[in-house]
Amino acid sequence: MKEFLLLFRRDVTPEETQPSPEQMQAMMKPWQDWMGSIAAQNKLASSGNRLGSEGKVVKPKNIVTNGPYVEMKEAIGGYILVKAETLDEAAELAKNCPILNDGGNVEIRMVVAM
Amino acid sequence: MENQQLLIPHLFRTEYRKIISVLCKLFGFEHIEIAEDIVSDTFLSASETWGLKGIPQNPTAWLYSVAKNKALNNLHRKKVYDDKVTSELKSSSSEFTLTEIDLSNRNIIDSQLQMMFAICNPVIPPEAQIGLSLRILCGFGINEIADAFLTNKETINKRLFRAKEKLREEKIKIEMPRHSEISLRLETVLSTLYLLFSEGYYSTHQNSVIRKDLCLEAIRLTYLLIENVATDKPVVNALLSLMCFHASRFDARTNELGEIILYNEQNTDLWNKELITKGAYFLNQSAKGNILTRYHLEAAIGYWHTHKDDTAEKWENILQLYNQLLQIEYSQIAALNRTYALYKANGVEVAIMEALKLNLNTNHFYYTLLGELHINIDCHIANQYFERALLLAKSETDKNVIKKKISALNVTTKIKKEV
Repeated sequence: MKEFLLLFRRDVTPEETQPSPEQMQAMMKPWQDWMGSIAAQNKLASSGNRLGSEGKVVKPKNIVTNGPYVEMKEAIGGYILVKAETLDEAAELAKNCPILNDGGNVEIRMVVAM
Repeated sequence: MENQQLLIPHLFRTEYRKIISVLCKLFGFEHIEIAEDIVSDTFLSASETWGLKGIPQNPTAWLYSVAKNKALNNLHRKKVYDDKVTSELKSSSSEFTLTEIDLSNRNIIDSQLQMMFAICNPVIPPEAQIGLSLRILCGFGINEIADAFLTNKETINKRLFRAKEKLREEKIKIEMPRHSEISLRLETVLSTLYLLFSEGYYSTHQNSVIRKDLCLEAIRLTYLLIENVATDKPVVNALLSLMCFHASRFDARTNELGEIILYNEQNTDLWNKELITKGAYFLNQSAKGNILTRYHLEAAIGYWHTHKDDTAEKWENILQLYNQLLQIEYSQIAALNRTYALYKANGVEVAIMEALKLNLNTNHFYYTLLGELHINIDCHIANQYFERALLLAKSETDKNVIKKKISALNVTTKIKKEV
């Protein structure tokens, strides 16, 4: 079995407000059902993490900039690791990812051991 | 006389494990057989003496004092031997000092706890940990252990012998772990207690008395940890809670013939309300702290199963708990149970799609579930799945459950045709 990184990207608009706990729970359900489904197939390697909206970029010569900003196109929102034999099999798992119903996409990359 | 015949097995059951823990602690794993011999001798003396002279006023005190004397004699002999013989072989003087042998309630409990940590050690395999626990912490006879594992006396004797040797080799001490180590060491203890409980709860053993005994012993030992301040952790409460919830259905889940009655067909009046209340109490206690373990999730699943009504809320909660449980730790049974909860919460089409992804092609429960999901969709396909499950099932109880499903299916098909 190989491991693959599933990277979630989505456009974020600045006017989006912080969801209420109820909204949050309703948002989590499809994600939990999707990850539960992958885990039930024994193909989840790590339930990964969501990423905060603030970030900084460090560049050469001590230059630190804020961003990338959340209103950026296709901001990375989180990731999980799955187990699969091939890239196609990993892509198959990604087809049911809830981010696809929200205008986002999933990037799949094989993890190469160092 | 008849009284004595009942009394000795009863005392054996309640007192053997207490005396043995204290004596094992005294003698250490190096001489654990001596401790076992002394306790067996004590009970033998009891049956001989009580048969002749009648039962003493306080039988437990009698046992304790005879066991103490036998232990002291043995230590004395050992000391003489060590002093006279071994000292000439340049060994240091005896490690034993002839102290009082303490059979107070406090020391019995302390010794049992220390013993639990000593036995539940990853240097010996889980089944040996369970075997030794049954022998030393629960006072089971070798025959009873062999029965519980569906194997013979020789296998168990060998297994326990090797385990004791290994504990000696590794110089495992009978003592409480240091405070900083308790949480880590507790993990092995809890997983052994969980396995002991599961052995009783899920084994295909026909004898439900043995199975119930194993479950009750697991509950008793877990409770011992909760009574002790140092080990009264949220995770232990979670484990006890899940045991209580499961055990509450013990009387409802088998019929007179020892056959399994599935959850949705159980007579809910037979669910044990006292155990449900206890389960809820320990679930509350487990909610302290910020660590969420598989035991917490399984206890919460157990809690929702004590709700009799088939509400959407119930199955949605169970589904989400299984989603989380599987992300922590995969198991085939959890994957199947999640799919069943998905069926109850989100409908049969989604559940069939998800079930087909599981690919558990050697698991008869998998085909039973697929059959179940197809009953109202396509009787013919349902029947094919049940037939495949029947081929894979090993135990008679499992086969009977599947056969009943097949014949129920045939009845409904006939009725439909007639209509």
